[in-house]
Amino acid sequence: MQHDKHVVVIGNGIAGITLAQKLRARSDCRITVISAESPTHFSRPALMYVYMGHMRYQDIIPYPDWYYKEQKIEQLHDYVETIDFETRTLKLQHSEPLTYDQLVLATGSSAVYYNWPGMQLKGVQGLITLQDLELMQQQTNGIKQAVIVGGGLIGIEMAEMLQSKGIQVTMLVREKQYWQSNLPEKEAGLVTQHILACGIELKLQDELAEILGDETGTVKAVKSKNGEMIPCQFVGIATGVKPTIEFLKTSGIELGKGILVNNFFETSIKDVYAIGDCAQFKEPAPGEPALEQLWYTGRQHGEVLAAVLTGDRKPYIRGPWFNSAKFLNIEYQTYGFVPHTWDEQRYSSLYWEHPAKSKAMRFFYERESGNLKGVNLLGIRFRHDLCHYWLKENYTIHQVMEQLSAVNFDSEFFQRYEPELLTQYYLQHPDRQAPAKQQGWWKLRQHFSLFSETPDNC
Amino acid sequence: MYKASTTQFYSYFKYIGFTLMAISLLCLTVTLAGGNTINAVVWGLSGIGLLTTGSLLVIVCSRLPKHVAHQNNGIWQKDATARGISAWVLGIILTSFYILLYWFPDTLHGLIIALEPLSQGLRHKPSDQWFLYGFFYTLAVMVMGVHALLKYRNNPYHLIRTCSVIFFQLGFAFLLPGLLLAFNQPEFYFSYFWPLKYDYLFPGTVGYLIDNGQALGVFMVFWGAVLTFLATPVLTYFYGKRWYCSWVCGCGGLAETAGDPYRQLSDKSKRAWQWEVAIIYPILGFVIITTLLLWINSWSGGSLLGDLSGGFSKSYGFFIGSVFSGVVGVGFYPILGNRVWCRFGCPMAAYLGLLQKHLSRFRITTNGGQCISCGNCSTYCEMGIDVRWYAQQGKPIIRSSCVGCGICAHVCPRGVLKLENGPVDGRYNGTTLIQRDSLNILS
Repeated sequence: MQHDKHVVVIGNGIAGITLAQKLRARSDCRITVISAESPTHFSRPALMYVYMGHMRYQDIIPYPDWYYKEQKIEQLHDYVETIDFETRTLKLQHSEPLTYDQLVLATGSSAVYYNWPGMQLKGVQGLITLQDLELMQQQTNGIKQAVIVGGGLIGIEMAEMLQSKGIQVTMLVREKQYWQSNLPEKEAGLVTQHILACGIELKLQDELAEILGDETGTVKAVKSKNGEMIPCQFVGIATGVKPTIEFLKTSGIELGKGILVNNFFETSIKDVYAIGDCAQFKEPAPGEPALEQLWYTGRQHGEVLAAVLTGDRKPYIRGPWFNSAKFLNIEYQTYGFVPHTWDEQRYSSLYWEHPAKSKAMRFFYERESGNLKGVNLLGIRFRHDLCHYWLKENYTIHQVMEQLSAVNFDSEFFQRYEPELLTQYYLQHPDRQAPAKQQGWWKLRQHFSLFSETPDNC
Repeated sequence: MYKASTTQFYSYFKYIGFTLMAISLLCLTVTLAGGNTINAVVWGLSGIGLLTTGSLLVIVCSRLPKHVAHQNNGIWQKDATARGISAWVLGIILTSFYILLYWFPDTLHGLIIALEPLSQGLRHKPSDQWFLYGFFYTLAVMVMGVHALLKYRNNPYHLIRTCSVIFFQLGFAFLLPGLLLAFNQPEFYFSYFWPLKYDYLFPGTVGYLIDNGQALGVFMVFWGAVLTFLATPVLTYFYGKRWYCSWVCGCGGLAETAGDPYRQLSDKSKRAWQWEVAIIYPILGFVIITTLLLWINSWSGGSLLGDLSGGFSKSYGFFIGSVFSGVVGVGFYPILGNRVWCRFGCPMAAYLGLLQKHLSRFRITTNGGQCISCGNCSTYCEMGIDVRWYAQQGKPIIRSSCVGCGICAHVCPRGVLKLENGPVDGRYNGTTLIQRDSLNILS
């Protein structure tokens, strides 16, 4: 792209900032990143650690100011009021209008509310933005009890945050177990038990009915659908997120739940693109979601769009899915596709669980072909590269078992549980013989040419 | 674990612990102030006993009931660990202790007398300021070692590593040197080598050891030289500098135990890194030149250089050996973090670091595309390495300053980091799952 072109990015989250970085690596065009939320990019998943006092706000900023200066990435701390696609002009709240040659929308998500009575009360909030964090710090100062609505990842993070301040936490979870819409029953059960053991009260199969306030307009209790009254001074809303697109409603751009894009992140308007949480694929690949609201996919969107903008027009192919999280002390990693329920005729899985209910592994595969579909891990770290290649190269469970000893990524001196999983495998597949020699990681990485300089996803 | 009664039980014992510590401070002050008028042994040893019991009670009662994921809660919100007033007070007390110890030992007379029975028992020698120092140093490593063991109790790497530094401090740097003295042998620390213990290869020390220790003295010189020039490169090739800096070394041992609550205070800026390079390698050069000059002077019978080499040696001893490693290195823990000496000053670290960077199988690998740039790794890196910079680009971390303490891997909430020893071939190659930036942070 020519150096006189101006690329404007709205949003400095992981998607927007990755795009700016990768674009700079490929072109010397002018790049401006606008954000109303924060002057510079910070790590959103790390907000919880600021609240808990593990870090300060300045510690969760991945790139220091000199980096942006050196990279000539302009940052603008301002709010975009309207966009005129005709004249390619952005109207800003504080600064002069800005014109662009190419516009990238990376506006992220906001919390979903379900019109509960009392949700406007003081002390009720979600946790997504920096401002939410500041508000939460104020609203939870010195309180005793809190209720979290929703049993997802933000919910458990909020619970952990509040608990770190000695606040008694109750979570309202719609399903039978925590996060059962995503985790198979056994994993969900393990995590549910862990949450309970950590002293967080879980109200399962229950939902929020109403939030009650006192005469000052501050929350004092919640009423659940089962009729329970739970006294509290704070209500955390964690019932999901939706793309932030309100300011585009009248702009003429084609919208669904999010900003509709094709596999090149092009919207219905020329030279306007959307990436990250706010983008919705018009034609997602079979079995893949139209909205991808993850840190990692945001980064990948940025990488791919930077290539597209500089003439390297290759469609976005996500490749094997992955994600990770942490439920208090239990780390969670997942690779590929592991559904929460499946057809036993078609699929099978190898599952191992530690007797102490703190660790688990699941290899999910097709019964007939033996093809590995996905891996779930709790309390055990695996090598992303190796799992990625197993899934990408369509390994069967039998081939995977031959390389199982190479996959562990836990710290030195940790006990290894893969042998127990192998035992499980031979029980399930008595016809299989133990491989002559288990493969080690350092040999395998050559075999997969893991270390080529060309990124895998572009 | 979070039941109200248990919490109450723990906090009750915690207050007893604080009370004991307060009484112990009183005892120690009396010992220090009235060394000649009161029975220093009774007051001093009671003070030390109460201090140990009290702090162990506080440590156990504040760490054990806390979930392993919650061990770092509030670190940046507490006065003592976020450079607040109490941190400054503690820093001044520690610094003053070092100043008194090095230059005004008479002021510590009371405490020195208090340790007389211990010194006689262990070394058959009267107590002196260095025995006092060694005793408190070892006590700090042991008591705060318990703190580290509880804080990292879910991580075998840290359990083994902490036990190792406690073992080397207690056995190799306290009991063994004392026992050598008891048997009328030269005092020798088998866990310190040139260039950190620079004078172990100075002609004066070598001559003294051989004359006064005969066969054992020869062995000590041989041990020191072999460890410095043979074992160090070989072990560092296989395991990186961590085998020494965070498993054996006494300075590292104190940093990993007593200094652990301050690891987040290390400066992560690019400028700090530039200072590091500008200071640590000249110090290594200084030690090498001093050693060479001393040997040239010794061989030439003092005719060649006169007093020059002695001047070099004295200046090094004063500025680096005393002021930097002691007063600044430990005294400033609560303000500058726990590895100031290791990071900016230690010539052994510089030597090991060069080997680690250019000839080692050690690296910290990053796990594919899993990094969320949260910054826990960088925050808790005591050496001020911006670990996140590498992790978010999927690059292995190979830095001469990394002491391999492994805390980055421990605090990472997504399992992105792992300390590994692998083939030297291709060790800089990262994952293909993230596009890498060509910009180098070290430029």
